[in-house]
Amino acid sequence: MNIRLTDAHIDKEIKIISIEGGRGLKDKLTEMGLVPGEVVRKKEHLKNGPVILEVKGTRLAIGRAMADKITVDERVGKKSITIALAGNPNSGKSSIFNNLTGARQHVGNYPGVTVEKKEGIAYYGDYAINVVDLPGTYSLATYSLDEVVARNFILDEKPDLIVAVVDASNLERNLYLTTQFMELEVPLVMAMNMSDVAKQAGQHINDNSLSELLGLKVVQTVGNKNRGTTELLKSIIDTYQQKPHFRKVAVNYGREVEEELLKVNNLLNEKDLLITHYPSRWLSIKLLEDDSQIIEHIGSQPNTEALIKQSIVSRDHIRSIFADEPETVLADRRYGFISGVLRETITHTAEAHVRLSDTIDRIVANRILGIPIFLGVMWLMFKSIFSLSQKPMELIEIAQGWVGSVVSSLLPQNSLIQGFIVDGIIGGVGSVLVFVPIIFLLFFCMAILEDSGYMARIAFIVDRFMHKIGLHGRSFIPMLLGFGCNVPAIMATRVIESKKDRLTTILINPFMSCGAKLPVYMLFIGVFFSKEAASNVLFSLYIIGFLMAVVMAKILRQFVFKGESAPFVMELPPYRVPTLKALIIHMWERGRLYIKKAGTVILVGCVIIWALSALPLSSKGDLTKSYVAKIGRFVEPVIRPLGFDWKIGTALIAGVVAKEIVVGTLGVLYGAGEDEAEGSLSLRKALQEDTYPSGKKVFNPLVAYVLMLFVLLYIPCLSTAAVIRKETGSWGWMFFSVGYSTFLAWLVAFIVYQGGRFLGF
Amino acid sequence: MSKQKHVTAADLIPKDRAKVLRVSATTILRKKFLAMGILPGVTIEMIRHAPLGDPIALKIKGYHLSLRKSEAKHILVEKVK
Repeated sequence: MNIRLTDAHIDKEIKIISIEGGRGLKDKLTEMGLVPGEVVRKKEHLKNGPVILEVKGTRLAIGRAMADKITVDERVGKKSITIALAGNPNSGKSSIFNNLTGARQHVGNYPGVTVEKKEGIAYYGDYAINVVDLPGTYSLATYSLDEVVARNFILDEKPDLIVAVVDASNLERNLYLTTQFMELEVPLVMAMNMSDVAKQAGQHINDNSLSELLGLKVVQTVGNKNRGTTELLKSIIDTYQQKPHFRKVAVNYGREVEEELLKVNNLLNEKDLLITHYPSRWLSIKLLEDDSQIIEHIGSQPNTEALIKQSIVSRDHIRSIFADEPETVLADRRYGFISGVLRETITHTAEAHVRLSDTIDRIVANRILGIPIFLGVMWLMFKSIFSLSQKPMELIEIAQGWVGSVVSSLLPQNSLIQGFIVDGIIGGVGSVLVFVPIIFLLFFCMAILEDSGYMARIAFIVDRFMHKIGLHGRSFIPMLLGFGCNVPAIMATRVIESKKDRLTTILINPFMSCGAKLPVYMLFIGVFFSKEAASNVLFSLYIIGFLMAVVMAKILRQFVFKGESAPFVMELPPYRVPTLKALIIHMWERGRLYIKKAGTVILVGCVIIWALSALPLSSKGDLTKSYVAKIGRFVEPVIRPLGFDWKIGTALIAGVVAKEIVVGTLGVLYGAGEDEAEGSLSLRKALQEDTYPSGKKVFNPLVAYVLMLFVLLYIPCLSTAAVIRKETGSWGWMFFSVGYSTFLAWLVAFIVYQGGRFLGF
Repeated sequence: MSKQKHVTAADLIPKDRAKVLRVSATTILRKKFLAMGILPGVTIEMIRHAPLGDPIALKIKGYHLSLRKSEAKHILVEKVK
């Protein structure tokens, strides 16, 4: 039945049939993914306001006038339910998600990979099942962001059902989380994942008695081989329809604790308001566990003083009986319940699996071999990323040049439009595309490290060193990649779980001397330093960049991201052979995000910088009369104390797009031409001979060195800034990064220049 | 078994097995320990030190867990044979 979108029901699957209206409207809707045939879901309809739609897992708001022009079909009879996938990190949750929904999503082997909320739709019988992939967690105690996200989703969005994904070869710890879902009183289905590995290791699980003892349906699955998916879907719907009906199972906390729970519960039951929202037994447990979020929530309600007081009395009572913290006592009971269940359902444990992994670790994490192997792996990764990407990058540059020359021949010569399209647009697209090979290769390598389990070992091996500079073991890889290119490096910080550590790593990363700074160094070292000194000068720049990163990490940790660092406590997951499919999905998912999110910002930035160097019209392509040069002259007083003149200022501003542009711009300003500027003799000569009106030379070794230092430290290039914006999700951090690094560059350059002059250089 | 001198998980050497007696950590760390299965009565096995001596890897409940020595100091244990 075809109806208008405005009249469609909330939370039902609807299919778009047609869109009326002009091209403009259609194009706009197409951009948002609204095309005929697309199945979407109407989430909300604000009174006389916009309609909120869910399209491919993201929410969109559409004006009422627009919604009126869209005809849709409500798939009558398809019932829509929402389920959550939850489980420990490394339980293979993401592969189950992919199997259920067919959607692409990363499969990781490193704790905490799934940070964003991922959604997808599965169909079974009469049902459209909206599947939400929750972050992998070990518990729901809310000390980490992932746990807060997972718990709040379950509590506030109230999914119809939770699929608890557990690793069959590591049941004891995995079931700890399951017991917490049981307490939330949401219907549960258990996906006993990686059951093949457990079986191979000689483990036998009696599914039926496990079902009985836990009061939920247990399904055996093998996520990476797509086994058990249909059975899982069937069990989800069966459980939703309450057939078979399981008895409700709850962990018994023992007489003393249960008595206290009852006291708290009785007081809670008087507060209808609280328990209509959350299960009251669960609330009581959380109060005894001193759960800060719940205590705050309850404390903010009226007349709850007696309740809070009782929970404190109860906690003291438990503490006095057991001589331990109530949380520990309750956790102990949960683990007791779990081992009771496992004793009755399991024969043999999957020790063999861990043993094999341990054998590998005996070599890979060995006290003597560990570091050489690690350095070897890093070298191999760095080498393959940067050398394999070289050819494709050159090809992209050649293609860009070819497209540029073809297009420019079609356009009026030396016109603004020619400049805009060739230098602005094609040049901008080129600077986005040129990073694509390197980024896809990076993500492929990262996926291998993560999915195999080696990433956790890297953190294990280098943590001592990284901890000394206030960072986490996982910050190592981004810092290493920074020597190649900061764009992939900053994207690689996703493996860092703690937000503070991640932001610190992002903010210090641009100080690592990247490949684009090298042409600048080569030019100035070649001109102003002797062959003997060259390598020392170059090395000093790399070291200064690294030391700056270390110092800034310390400072940021001390003053900006204050407080205790997150616990390092981390699982070392068993090694696994990654599947190619998972690696490719992973690479594609993340690579696509770069093109989509960072790409647009880079493109816009390139166009702006182009406009500044091509305008005003009266400059007629003469860079010295352009806005960039005007800005260069304008900032001259500020960079004067660093020994820089307006030409250097202009080059530095143009270098914001990419640092190697500093060289090309100087080439243009000195009339030496842009091509092969670093090798161009005329530019070298011009740099040596340029003088101020007073007759003093503009450049000497000191100025050259200070300039290199400034290029090393100042504003991360446009692409990096765009990625910082994307990865921190905030313009604020991007501007902070741009601002503080430029200030720091100025400060360091000032000290070195004035100090150098004082010492007579 | 006679009562031994109390040691912490940070004092163990590879292949040592020990029973957790008490976890004396701040709230965040304690909650993390509980989630990872470290609580009184549990048996842990010291597996190895990282190449630089810190962090360490323990075996607990059939899986491997790594933690810094400064964190392991909060786990009071009793060696078992």
